[in-house]
Amino acid sequence: MKLDSKVPKGDLGDKWTNYKSKVRLVAPNNKRRIEIIVVGSGLAGASAAATLGELGYKVKCFCFQDSPRRAHSIAAQGGINAAKNYQNDGDSAYRLFYDTIKGGDYRSREGNVHRLAEVSVQIIDQCVAQGVPFARDYGGLLANRSFGGVQVSRTFYARGQTGQQLLLGAYSALSRQIENGSVKMYNRHEMLDVVLIDGKARGIIARNLITGEIERHGAHAVVLGTGGYGNVFFLSTNAMGSNVTAAWKAHKKGALFANPCFTQIHPTCIPVSGGYQSKLTLMSESLRNDGRVWVPKRKEDCKKHPNEIPEEDRDYYLERIYPAFGNLVPRDVASRAAKYVTDEGRGVGKTGYAVYLDFSTAINRLGKDLIAERYGNLFDMYHRITDENPYEVPMRIFPAVHYTMGGLWVDYELSTNVPGLYAIGEANFSDHGANRLGASALMQGLADGYFVLPVTIGSYLADEIRTAATDTNHPAFKKAENEVKTRLEKLLNIKGDKSVDDFHIALGKIMWDKCGMAREGKGLKQALKEIQELRAEFWKNVFIPGDAHEFNPELEKAGRLADFLELGELMVNDALDRNESCGGHFREEYKSKEGEAVRDDENYRYVAAWGYSGDPSKPELHKEALDFEFVELKTRSYK
Amino acid sequence: MKLTLKVWRQKNSKTRGRMETYPIDGIDEDMSFLEMIDVLNQNLIKEKKDPVAFDHDCREGICGMCSMFINGEPHGPEKGVTTCQLHMRSFKDGDTIVIEPWRAEAFPVIKDLVVDRSAFDTIIQAGGYISVNTGNAMEANAIPVDKSIANEAMNAAICIGCGACVAACKNSSAMLFLSAKVSHLNMLPQGEVEGKRRVLKMMKAHDEAGFGSCTNTGACSAECPKEISLSNIARLNRAYIAASLTSEESI
Repeated sequence: MKLDSKVPKGDLGDKWTNYKSKVRLVAPNNKRRIEIIVVGSGLAGASAAATLGELGYKVKCFCFQDSPRRAHSIAAQGGINAAKNYQNDGDSAYRLFYDTIKGGDYRSREGNVHRLAEVSVQIIDQCVAQGVPFARDYGGLLANRSFGGVQVSRTFYARGQTGQQLLLGAYSALSRQIENGSVKMYNRHEMLDVVLIDGKARGIIARNLITGEIERHGAHAVVLGTGGYGNVFFLSTNAMGSNVTAAWKAHKKGALFANPCFTQIHPTCIPVSGGYQSKLTLMSESLRNDGRVWVPKRKEDCKKHPNEIPEEDRDYYLERIYPAFGNLVPRDVASRAAKYVTDEGRGVGKTGYAVYLDFSTAINRLGKDLIAERYGNLFDMYHRITDENPYEVPMRIFPAVHYTMGGLWVDYELSTNVPGLYAIGEANFSDHGANRLGASALMQGLADGYFVLPVTIGSYLADEIRTAATDTNHPAFKKAENEVKTRLEKLLNIKGDKSVDDFHIALGKIMWDKCGMAREGKGLKQALKEIQELRAEFWKNVFIPGDAHEFNPELEKAGRLADFLELGELMVNDALDRNESCGGHFREEYKSKEGEAVRDDENYRYVAAWGYSGDPSKPELHKEALDFEFVELKTRSYK
Repeated sequence: MKLTLKVWRQKNSKTRGRMETYPIDGIDEDMSFLEMIDVLNQNLIKEKKDPVAFDHDCREGICGMCSMFINGEPHGPEKGVTTCQLHMRSFKDGDTIVIEPWRAEAFPVIKDLVVDRSAFDTIIQAGGYISVNTGNAMEANAIPVDKSIANEAMNAAICIGCGACVAACKNSSAMLFLSAKVSHLNMLPQGEVEGKRRVLKMMKAHDEAGFGSCTNTGACSAECPKEISLSNIARLNRAYIAASLTSEESI
């Protein structure tokens, strides 16, 4: 398959402007008749649904939570990037673009990333107008802070709850459209398939999670803003309900899945404490502005109380190895460094899988009050979970799965290769390459939803103005509905002996051990076999209580896990295909003497877009070559 | 730890519920309350019984999904936390713990501990927004906002919409929830323009949704996991009276 990225020709800074000037439009009288389904109500989904509603389209929006306000974007803490250059520190759209391309280890498209940097400034304007209470200075103007992988202060924030405030902004815009009737909201609904008629996306099959009823919904286009797939690891910072199902169903209907092995392991999470653990909690990257990461120089000091270890016996390893960026190196680099020092046996805490994040220097320099103002709620959260006071004792942190850069393949218009099917936010693969910079997920979700998709979708819908409303009695809907029902019954009828969680924990362990922070050919091959066996056992031996015609959370979990069991194998296949180390994908075989990632631009400068062949073990690889016209490919260095 | 759990079980909104007793063992004090419920559910599944349905998602205190009434208090005994942030170290070995859903007419039970809180969405849809279409915005720094005002707006905006205020209130009033949103938006210059309309419309939606009236007992604020201040209700009342007397528009 020839993959056309559709990036417009011309100078980097002109592409988006030219595109917008020439893109085809849909007249207001036609918009009223055109229906769009948006699945997901996070930053991308809610902002897209609201904006499409404002434009006059007929929108249906779906979320599995009890309210659109609860999507997991709400948990993002640190901030959102924008090239406003309010700090006069030399920032610009080009610099944000360059930092993102470099941070992504040269595995993303120049055109998409520059557009993201351009619209970033509009996002801040929009959010402020909606009443998002960003942090401000005494003059009443907006404040900024720094984040990892960059040397400017371009991150806007609302305490440690930026995601919450941005999502509530998008939710308020969405609520306004729901009130005026342009968006119809379906809470507690889960999309279980996408319906294609004559090769175009024409609707979805959704399950009402309260009654169990299977519903058909038709539209002229379907937009997936369904987030990432980090929960394939069982333990992650994702919400319990975050899942790949919508994206995976789209994949099985023909949409390509790109770079699935690019997963982000966030360096600053609260370490695992016991086998009962259900999820991991992130401590915002913003903490690395003032916190210093260290472990003892000597193994024998690891069990000592940290405050008893004198300065000269501490190894501030990030500052030592990466003097230019210090504690603010990008996430992949910081996570890998933590893995190395703990592998050396210098990890701390009960399990030995933790490093210290120490605020004592900052508290001495700035005072406890200022630190409390900046990070108070994060410190409280840490205190509650661990029962330790981080103002007095250094935090213990360890990397955890946080974000997935991979996702559905989309072109410049955010369209998948299935006409009429779009993917936005974390659900697509587009902007972060092999590693995402901090505070860029919120930026991308809102860029896609507010400013990009509502423009680009016109290019497709302009040809659909004569298309009548989709008939949900079409055989394609009946077939898809039957398949969904059959699968649910099949799951319920297995009546085996193990719970869904038993299988999920087992899958998570395979993925973390063999396709986690570092991967190796041999382990990956082993993982393929283990996942296949686990999947076969799941379909023979899972037990799901209750039936399909009621509120049944175990049934929901089982359906999601069945998809993770297929996705996991694709991630491993992708990791095996990519014989290089880049960003979050670190292959043990491809590293320098100093242990840094070694990229292979000659052979792997491509997007790996996988097609579904009908057998999850035999995916088909399609490649989109990445051309770099405007930046020079360099070895990424933060030293 | 060994505990006795008394849990509300109700198959759906149409059937009557009852309390069921479950002994549970092997609970670690570092577990969160929801992880303790996970253990209970895994035990029930192993016995081929129906696990306890409960709402939960982010498990870090921000999504507002979890909603358990524990020993007579929304989100349990600790101050300023949601159920997912409550840890078993707050209980003693041998304790009996009573777990119920939010109880309010406006929050009907869906199953066991899961309730329908869409009435909160209805209140927000009535006016919990600033009317600005995408693309309409002016330059972000064009209107400076006093730092203390921005802070106070943020203190109200941190509401997670969990419904603990309603569950705590003897009148099942949602005035704390409503007033937090009105305060957040009306205090900011961007939101002031449609302030009167907002307060009138949202108050009307609140009453129509079946929430009770406020009698200023303060239980809502005391039980709020985000410790939202009662002064928001005072601010709301002032705004409501002023808007009722001076609004050009009838709502």
